Amino acid sequence: MGSVLRLRKLCYVEPVKFQSFGSIKNAEKQQQQKERIVSEVESVVQKNGRDDDEDTTRKKTDKGKRKIREWRCIESCCWVIGCLCCVWWLLVFLYYSLPAALPGFQPPMSPGARLGREGARALHPVVLVPGISTGGLELWEGKPCTEGLFRKRLWGGSFTEILKRPLCWLEHLSLDNETGLDPPGIRVRAVPGLEAADYFAPGYSVWAVLIQNLAKIGYEEKNMHMAAYDWRLSFQNTEIRDKALSRLKSTIELMYLTNGCKKVVVVPHSMGVLYFLHFLKWVEAPPSMGGGGRLGWCAKHIKAIMNIGPPFLGVPKAVSNILSSEAKDVAVIRSMDPGVLDSEILGLQTLEHAMRVARTWDSIISLVPKGGETIWGDLDWSPEEGHGCSLAKRRTPQFSGNNKNSNHTNGKTTFSAMKEPAKYGRIISFGKEASYLPSSQLPSVDLKELLLGSPSTISNSTCQEVWTEYDELSRESIRGVADNKVYTSRTLLDLLRFVAPKMMQRAEAHFSHGIADNLDDPKYNHYKYWSNPLEMRLPDAPDIEIYCLYGVGIPTERSYVYKMSPTGKCKSIPFRIDSTAEGYEDSCLKGGVYFVDGDESVPVLSSGFMCARGWRGKTRFNPSGATTYVREYQHRPPASLLEGRGAASGAHLDIMGNVAFIEDVLRVAAGATGKEIGGDRIYSDIMRMSERINIGL
Amino acid sequence: MPLIQRRKGEEAEKASSSNERIAPDASEDEDRKKKELSPKKRKKSAGEKSKWSCLDNCCWFVGCVCTVWWLLLFLYNAMPSSFPQYVTEAITGPLPDPPGVKLKKEGLRAKHPVVFVPGIVTGGLELWEGHECAEGLFRKRLWGGTFGEVYKRPLCWVEHMSLDNETGLDPPGIRLRPVTGLVAADYFMPGYFVWAVLIANLARIGYEEKTMYMAAYDWRLSFQNTEVRDQTLSRIKSHIEMMVATNGGKKAVVIPHSMGVLYFLHFMKWVEAPAPMGGGGGPDWCSKHIKAIMNIGGPFLGVPKAVAGLFSSEAKDIAVARAIAPGFLSNDIFRVQTLQHVMKMSRTWDSTMSMIPKGGETIWGGLDWSPEEGYLPSKRRQRMNDTQVSSESGTNNSSSRARANYGRIISFGKDIAESPSSEIEMIDFRDAVKGQNLANTTCRDVWTEYHDMGIEGVRAVAEHKVYTAETVLDLLYFVAPKMMARGSSHFSYGIADDLDDPKYKHYKYWSNPLETKLPSASDIEIFSMYGVGIPTERAYIYKLSPSAECYIPFQIDTSFEGEDEDSCLKDGVYTVEGDETVPVLSAGFMCARGWRGKTRFNPSGIRTYVREYDHAPPANLLEGRGTQSGAHVDVMGNFALIEDIIRVAAGATGEDLGGDQVYSDIFKWSEKINLAL
Repeated sequence: MGSVLRLRKLCYVEPVKFQSFGSIKNAEKQQQQKERIVSEVESVVQKNGRDDDEDTTRKKTDKGKRKIREWRCIESCCWVIGCLCCVWWLLVFLYYSLPAALPGFQPPMSPGARLGREGARALHPVVLVPGISTGGLELWEGKPCTEGLFRKRLWGGSFTEILKRPLCWLEHLSLDNETGLDPPGIRVRAVPGLEAADYFAPGYSVWAVLIQNLAKIGYEEKNMHMAAYDWRLSFQNTEIRDKALSRLKSTIELMYLTNGCKKVVVVPHSMGVLYFLHFLKWVEAPPSMGGGGRLGWCAKHIKAIMNIGPPFLGVPKAVSNILSSEAKDVAVIRSMDPGVLDSEILGLQTLEHAMRVARTWDSIISLVPKGGETIWGDLDWSPEEGHGCSLAKRRTPQFSGNNKNSNHTNGKTTFSAMKEPAKYGRIISFGKEASYLPSSQLPSVDLKELLLGSPSTISNSTCQEVWTEYDELSRESIRGVADNKVYTSRTLLDLLRFVAPKMMQRAEAHFSHGIADNLDDPKYNHYKYWSNPLEMRLPDAPDIEIYCLYGVGIPTERSYVYKMSPTGKCKSIPFRIDSTAEGYEDSCLKGGVYFVDGDESVPVLSSGFMCARGWRGKTRFNPSGATTYVREYQHRPPASLLEGRGAASGAHLDIMGNVAFIEDVLRVAAGATGKEIGGDRIYSDIMRMSERINIGL
Repeated sequence: MPLIQRRKGEEAEKASSSNERIAPDASEDEDRKKKELSPKKRKKSAGEKSKWSCLDNCCWFVGCVCTVWWLLLFLYNAMPSSFPQYVTEAITGPLPDPPGVKLKKEGLRAKHPVVFVPGIVTGGLELWEGHECAEGLFRKRLWGGTFGEVYKRPLCWVEHMSLDNETGLDPPGIRLRPVTGLVAADYFMPGYFVWAVLIANLARIGYEEKTMYMAAYDWRLSFQNTEVRDQTLSRIKSHIEMMVATNGGKKAVVIPHSMGVLYFLHFMKWVEAPAPMGGGGGPDWCSKHIKAIMNIGGPFLGVPKAVAGLFSSEAKDIAVARAIAPGFLSNDIFRVQTLQHVMKMSRTWDSTMSMIPKGGETIWGGLDWSPEEGYLPSKRRQRMNDTQVSSESGTNNSSSRARANYGRIISFGKDIAESPSSEIEMIDFRDAVKGQNLANTTCRDVWTEYHDMGIEGVRAVAEHKVYTAETVLDLLYFVAPKMMARGSSHFSYGIADDLDDPKYKHYKYWSNPLETKLPSASDIEIFSMYGVGIPTERAYIYKLSPSAECYIPFQIDTSFEGEDEDSCLKDGVYTVEGDETVPVLSAGFMCARGWRGKTRFNPSGIRTYVREYDHAPPANLLEGRGTQSGAHVDVMGNFALIEDIIRVAAGATGEDLGGDQVYSDIFKWSEKINLAL
């Protein structure tokens, strides 16, 4: 005991002594300096004829202060840092020694554990298909600037490389502008396996919660597969370059066989939905273009497709992204702090770079609204019209059958309350007026004439390093684009073809955005129609169940008010969202964007229509009459910070942590049918909106 | 007590002095005043000195350290990544191009799909379901990675790593599964590569995920159980088929390492066997899908290390650690009982039994004979120097006094290991009564099967004195009956007299090259690639542990050293040439003789090649684990080996590589083995 105490005492005293030598010297120096200063001050004071007594008191306080000053700046810095570190470590230590479950704080039981207790067990193998931008990409071959990044993630993970070498990073994520495949000397590939998209960034889960709950009822790597693919490529190109579709086919066959011939439950998310539609057609198509699985492959291997937040008919967000590489978030940032994004002081040109990279990604084109004016509405009409934004908050769920009456009254009240009915059909309008003026007052300019008339380019050489296709457009034609004022989803395609000719040329060989009149037309055997639900038939498999699972209750971008950018000396993106355009309080126009009900990314119309009407019953798109179900999840924001992203969220990504949603997936995976989990479950106006759409089924 | 009081006084002093800083006239503390009167006069600055209280100093110190640390970290991150290479080049001269770059310049491109089969221990295992103590470890690696959990919750870790003692499968409530994909075994731990260098070099000539496949499996299970539980063999089959199909029908090049070699042997028999027991791929599956099998460090005939591992859960490394710090591993102060826990855990892993020496005395030598006899570690070195004539070294051999009897894999006492067999008095242990259970209850928490043996059993084992490769099996049956009962239904260690015997259709024979025929696929090439030039464990000298109560009753007797520097006996272990883990005999025999030409084990005459890589330790620390290493795992970073693999993957045949490349005496030793082919 004594020795220990002595030791402590030694430790206690020693550093003090040691330290004191340094500080004594410093102290003496400072003492001298200060005495000199003080004497000067004194002389000045005396000159000024001030009172001596006052001065002496001041000197005393000076001395008091001087003692504090012994803490030199660096030392006190060190001291502060030291304190912070110690406290930090202490907290970390406490955090780790904390028992996993605090007494008193009872986390709600996870749906997996609950269902496991109810006796649900892994039955059908599960295939997860991630969406756009959630899957990780890793480097396999790169330019010298990527030294040491071999098989490190460029996309996903911590994104540290953006900060370290931004230009290099951008270069490697771009694809070739001509072919839409790898640029020479660069190979960036999708991360395989479950870790491809379980977490997008550390702590930001995408599939992790679902995977964990599936594991609770007995799933593991052998009956759960993440169909990771390179989401930058067009769907057919993933097969050409990576054999991703072949691999998916082989894996599904293997899982089917090794799990006692149990059919597979597929859970695609976001763009993965379109990817899997493409797969369904591909796998039954004959070899040279398809997978040669013969007719009946889907019927044999697939039990259910549970589409999460499906952008079946595209998303308007994709348009603004291609046009000006911005969405609501970017527009808001710009309105709050104008100049940050445009400033060239730092030489960043963030948006221009982002646009240049994103325009090489063919897959974005798959998300451009499909079905033209029939689906998305024209100048004066849209299926969602009469949607009231303030009323989209909370409604009682309507289950199949009894939804008509209450809905209609609901709709009428909102309609009368609206002062300026939003014309959602005008996906892009230049100026706020153009967005609500009657169509007769709008000018119309034919884009094609513009295209013919203006071959001259005025790009000055200084801007060449951030080349975007806008530099090839002349000023007149840009003004012409803006003069046309209003674009619907049909004319929008012309607009895109005009402003991004190369990209559309590449992508239109892979995607199509129309509605088929005659599905028997042999041209629809081409792969470019496979991911458009309006130009393909579902495979002949009456037993497959198709679910549309999506969140509702969040304002979702539907159409945009644009304006011309103030012209800088370096022509950058010439259009931008007019974030000053605000509607009345109840209006759906906020920050230059018209909103409708949806899951923050995908409007209800796009995610629900196919299941609610297009494929319901036996239609020409669904000749074998596969059953469809619409399951909506009302968004409820997390109650407190502790909940993280919430267990009842309806947002596009966060829905993957929604307890009700997870339960549905688990039940189906464990063998339940759509009827058994409750059939349709609808909160939004999707049924009514779908009725309004005039499409031959 | 006075000490404490004084400290309190000091503290008060500081408190008051800090008061003084704020309000200079706060000096009511009279005690302090009295004490401080004289020092105040003596040294005015002493007042300031006391202001640096201990806590402040600590904080200051920590702050400094942190700041410096951050500064260094920042510098490190800001440093261009080619800097270390630059330094290395400045010191050692320009590095040779990595083989991938070099061969790319020669114009080689990815051609055949490549399949990796990792060995024992190198594959990662992750948790899918666990007990409460493993909370928060879902899909975290329990094996591989940082092994952080071993320190945090050791008992929980051991519990989750163990398998069921009866079935050899998962214990109830625990699901530990292999990590899949290339990440499964590219690095064993951060910075400790296994396959990573090979993968990186293959990527240089154009390989990527679609043409490379890591056939990860749960290396704890017996081979057939990986199929029963995880359908691993089916997955490998389907994957190889898919890769061959999507790469234009180019056959796969399979690269198994260590135990993966046996696993792949098993796979080849499984895939062609009819459906219920096998994969039903038809008799020509292998010839359709496989171009070459490039076995790296393959323990075809087992490794003696496995015996020591099973018998007393120690190998050379642990024995040396015990010799250096006696008491550390066996003492009870920390209640760790490390070895017992390890033994208990590893005895539930069936796969370790696949590496018990196979072929008995025919291969590994009897009491007085062994194929390697006359081996001297110095001989090789001399030959490398090219100074000695071979005849001279031959005489050297015969004159060496202590001839190592490698055939005696386990012997109790050095004199036993060296004396002629006629002098050894062996008492049969097999009928020995297993005595009363000697374990007192305190040891029960670390139960090993030794506790069931009783003192009589232990003594009987020690009195048998000497064990050869055949009797070692009986020994293991005696000391670990449960494990061997499980293992013997999955593995077999004999030599087949008649390979057409229908019993050899059973899967337990599939991983023993001496009891199976190679598939009939004359186009396949089989390479045996391994490092040589490192002393490798071959035979052990054991003793009884001093206090047998709670411990493993046997341990390697590290006190025995050879008489001169040339001796193969070090720390109770006889060593022979090999790659540190697998003796040359085991790695090379099948390709050098057993399968060479048309033999009964190789009826279709598959061509075999022996490629040895002489070990050269890394020249300096900067080289890490070296580019010319021959060690069992480090050989995967050997440039020569990587070059061979890349050439074959890009389409070369064994002849193009240059056929055999032999440094050791493997051909001579193989000739000595009296095996009907």
